[in-house]
Amino acid sequence: MREVALVAFAQSPSVRQDLRRNEVEILTPVIAEAIRWGGVPRKEIGFTCSGSCDYLAGVPFSFVSALDAVGAWPPIRESHVEMDGAWALYEAWVRLQVGDVDSALVYGFGKSSVGDPRDISVLQLDPYYAAPLWPDSVSLAALQARALLQSSGYTERDFAEVVARSLRDAKRNPNAQVSGDFSPDELVKARYDVSPLREHDCPPVSDGAAAVVLAAGDLARKVCERPAWIAGIDHRIEAHSLGARDLTKSPSAALAAEKAGMGKGSLDVAELHAPFSHQELILREALGLGESVAINPSGGALAANPIMAAGLIRIGEAAQLVMDGSAKRAVGHATSGPCLQQNLICVLEAR
Amino acid sequence: MSEESLTVLRSPVKLEYTFTAGETSSRFLRGFAEGKILGRRCPECEKVYVPPRGNCPICTSPMKEEMELAHTGTITKFCIVNLPFAARQIEIPYVSASILLDGADVPIFHLIQEIPYDQIRIGMRVEAVWVAPDERIPGMESITHFGPTGEPDVDIDLFEDADA
Repeated sequence: MREVALVAFAQSPSVRQDLRRNEVEILTPVIAEAIRWGGVPRKEIGFTCSGSCDYLAGVPFSFVSALDAVGAWPPIRESHVEMDGAWALYEAWVRLQVGDVDSALVYGFGKSSVGDPRDISVLQLDPYYAAPLWPDSVSLAALQARALLQSSGYTERDFAEVVARSLRDAKRNPNAQVSGDFSPDELVKARYDVSPLREHDCPPVSDGAAAVVLAAGDLARKVCERPAWIAGIDHRIEAHSLGARDLTKSPSAALAAEKAGMGKGSLDVAELHAPFSHQELILREALGLGESVAINPSGGALAANPIMAAGLIRIGEAAQLVMDGSAKRAVGHATSGPCLQQNLICVLEAR
Repeated sequence: MSEESLTVLRSPVKLEYTFTAGETSSRFLRGFAEGKILGRRCPECEKVYVPPRGNCPICTSPMKEEMELAHTGTITKFCIVNLPFAARQIEIPYVSASILLDGADVPIFHLIQEIPYDQIRIGMRVEAVWVAPDERIPGMESITHFGPTGEPDVDIDLFEDADA
């Protein structure tokens, strides 16, 4: 495999509702910052790939207008996934394996505030059996959380501990939307949103964007003092039908981690894309993450969740720690679909 | 339970959005309420965009210089529409055209009226027809259509460089 590394990461602060700027206007300074840090001139970037969702934007082909932020004339090699930007990163990594280009710009963006993401997410379900029941994303996550409580030793207080730790860590993240000191004992006194989930167990609605620059081999060494090398990357998916899955486990995350070689060395940090608090518990178990691994020092998706960028942000945050020297080996994880249906693992390391 | 098999399932989908036009487009749309067509010029490649963009889509330079464009322009291409559709209550056939406003480098898209559809041609000079001042809104609907100015046609080869 060709050596590929993240050499730059930029993100917008996540906000509840940006009434001033449209998606392109949120994205433009983020891409400019990533390119500035990446050290590869814009015109020399070999491949561009984005992740976003027209249903979220409520605009057909919204990703095309986003190209205004990139500068796509004369024509560039460009692609898009109707997924989180983490999967755009995967496509760019595959593209760099071909060997004819040495760099890629990857971005993800989403204004979750323009519609109701709880309802919009229903449209990703099968249209015959699941979608007509209109089970919103929080209700489905609550089904999963309930199943977890009943099949494991976890309690609602364990969920609250994930929240308290995430929001405390988010105080050090200038891009976080929600942060602060909360005690798990107080959190569990809050009323349910959809039982057994409380509002704090659910991600905030966020507007935001993120971008990374990838570079291969010698180019990465040239433009970045300490590139975050991609030691392995893989993504796996489970059945579409929720009834066909054991929602309390994440075999797709476990398989992706195995294929990405996550277990080949010790990890300093894991940035997990767990939009709901209980999902972190499921992922920790699937990935076999012990106490020695720092989980979500950024605060994770409970602190900021711009849909279609939040997974890419996990990889970017993990890479940032490798690039600034505070981690030697880190993992960035992204999820997609209802109840952790699809999972991507990106193992990053210093060399 | 009925033995009749289910043959049709109605599953209505309705989503509501609060669309944000954005900083640059908001200024453009508000211009129509004042009877203005606003564009912006790229400081690097000097192209004039209408609708304006916050940054140049070609070189990504921020575009700050706002300018008012002429209400006259030239048809660079057009389409004769023969199919009615619900959102546009207008007698068919009618013509939608790309119109390069004088001073602009990209065309806008609008309706051509006041002339039989089969007499419309590329290179024809047209001007904006506005609704009455007190009926103007922050939107392109403030211009009902473009109609012929009566000036001589323009040689279309002049538009080779324009993204028209």
